[in-house]
Amino acid sequence: MPEAYRKTLIRQIAQHAHSEIIGMQPEGNWISRAPSLRRKAILLAKVQDEAGHGLYLYAAAETLGVSRDQLLEQLHTRKQKYSSIFNYPTLTWADVGAIGWLVDGAAITNQVPLTRCSYGPYARAMVRICKEESFHQRQGFEALLTLTRGTPAQKAMAQDALDRWWYPSLAMFGPPDTGEQVSGGHTEQSMRWGIKRFSNDELRQRFVDMTVPQSEVLGLTIPDPDLRWNAERGHYDFTPPDYDELFRVIKGDGPCNAQRLAHRVAAHTDGAWVREAAAAYAAKRRAETEAA
Amino acid sequence: MTTPRVAYALALGDDALVLAQRLGEWVARAPELEEDVALANIALDLLGQARTLLRYAGDLEGAGRDEDALAYWRDDRDFRNALLVELPNGDFAVTMARQLVFAAYQYELYDRLRASSDDTLAAVAGKAVKEVHYHRDHATQWVLRLGDGTDESRRRMVAGLATVWPYADELFQPDDATAALVADGVAVDPPTLREPWTSYVEGVLAEAGLELPEAAAPRSGGRRGLHTEHLGFLLAEMQHLHRSHPGATW
Amino acid sequence: MTSEWPLWEVFIRARRGLSHIHVGSLHAPDAAMAVRNARDVYTRRGEGVSIWVVPSDQITASSPDEKDAFFDPAGDKVYRHPTFYEVPAEAKHL
Repeated sequence: MPEAYRKTLIRQIAQHAHSEIIGMQPEGNWISRAPSLRRKAILLAKVQDEAGHGLYLYAAAETLGVSRDQLLEQLHTRKQKYSSIFNYPTLTWADVGAIGWLVDGAAITNQVPLTRCSYGPYARAMVRICKEESFHQRQGFEALLTLTRGTPAQKAMAQDALDRWWYPSLAMFGPPDTGEQVSGGHTEQSMRWGIKRFSNDELRQRFVDMTVPQSEVLGLTIPDPDLRWNAERGHYDFTPPDYDELFRVIKGDGPCNAQRLAHRVAAHTDGAWVREAAAAYAAKRRAETEAA
Repeated sequence: MTTPRVAYALALGDDALVLAQRLGEWVARAPELEEDVALANIALDLLGQARTLLRYAGDLEGAGRDEDALAYWRDDRDFRNALLVELPNGDFAVTMARQLVFAAYQYELYDRLRASSDDTLAAVAGKAVKEVHYHRDHATQWVLRLGDGTDESRRRMVAGLATVWPYADELFQPDDATAALVADGVAVDPPTLREPWTSYVEGVLAEAGLELPEAAAPRSGGRRGLHTEHLGFLLAEMQHLHRSHPGATW
Repeated sequence: MTSEWPLWEVFIRARRGLSHIHVGSLHAPDAAMAVRNARDVYTRRGEGVSIWVVPSDQITASSPDEKDAFFDPAGDKVYRHPTFYEVPAEAKHL
């Protein structure tokens, strides 16, 4: 396997795995406060799935000769990134619905093509993940739908969530493919290698085209006055997200970057003695078996 | 009307609900990703038990309260859970000590409750006994590893057991609501669970090379609605959103 | 001492009568925990009735470089397959 291909794959899979486990936090916030026991169970199962997805992806990266510990170290020291979206706060219950609908929707748009990417272990992990993600997107949509059909306060909560999550969701697809904000990304090479199958702007357009009709079902207004159907192109025209903001958040200056990373590092550090204990116990048992 | 049977279903349901809430706090904080998944599974099992039991309590009561009305609109003085489950998580050793104590109790309880003359409770127990069998095993595996792992893990495991031990006794105390049901074969008499529970837990501690914690004054009151200070905070967090929107559907 | 738990490969049998199929990997300190972690991670949606775990470093795999030498020779032996043989329709139970 060519070294450059291997390195790029590790970076991409790791970033994806990190996004899953950091992504547990903004929604995990609301497990304790979920407004019904049914919603509590759904959310708990969803956040649990994200831990599972992170785990599948780390394992896929491990087939390339890096360990999970090494990858976590890269995350904890900010050498590898995770999706910028998780650096925004979840301020109300509706944000949980908006994340399911928009963020998981954007993730699925990104990920479905990867089920056919050139690296088998990554593709296989993505097959499993995409199956489970469709539950995530549907539960998010249904949670929002319940709000928009509820009291005026609930409907306002849903609209407020869409207002705050729309542009960060568009930014999830990364910088544009053309123009001055192209940022020396890896798109072209990764597409040639078959570990990325569509460009950022293609995927972003696909996401907008899919999401606008859904917003109409919800009865919510996408916060973009210039959003309209372009019959000639056969696509919606829309206002792009603020890429300067995206770059700032990626660099670490988003509302929750420091908080998310500190939480992650604390969990890892606090758990060190447990991991060591289990390893020590296993070593003792092995020694006993060998002595016997 | 709060009949003994309602109170009994509430007590079992509240135990499961409050512990599910506590275990949910571990998500995204566990020592390893695999353990995040494991703890969430246990929390989901308990939440499922709680929902069924609260729904049943509401049906029996006949006042139109569903699972959410009971979970979100009762204050801490009306909760019937044992104090053990509301204790803060502490470190992983405290949580595993509590899991061992509680899951071993729940296992004996549900194993016997399968023979209840109340068909609903018998059905709940039939499903739950398999779940808590796994919970008990999970806690056992961890108590063995922490007890016989490193010096630090052993020290923490000893401390964790000492933290939860005074709260174990309450699980086996007879209470008035239950006494009335035992005669009809509806409920399991709590004191009869003590012996099999002790035998299991002592076996695990012995295998882990841990001493039984020293006897401490037992703490109780939960079944009568006299809780620790911790439950009020737990409920405030759990209930505030639901209560902020009375009558709303989620 | 390194406390990173070793990697395990997980095989699940979905139903009686099927073979165990590789579903993924996970970390666990020892075999007993590996089986339990596999149950929690890979059977959340009722995917299995039986689990095998194998330490990843105990698996010996064929090399991608030897793919042609290993597998192409089997490609032209059509006579190993029952459909190769034509049998009159009136001959039953064949």
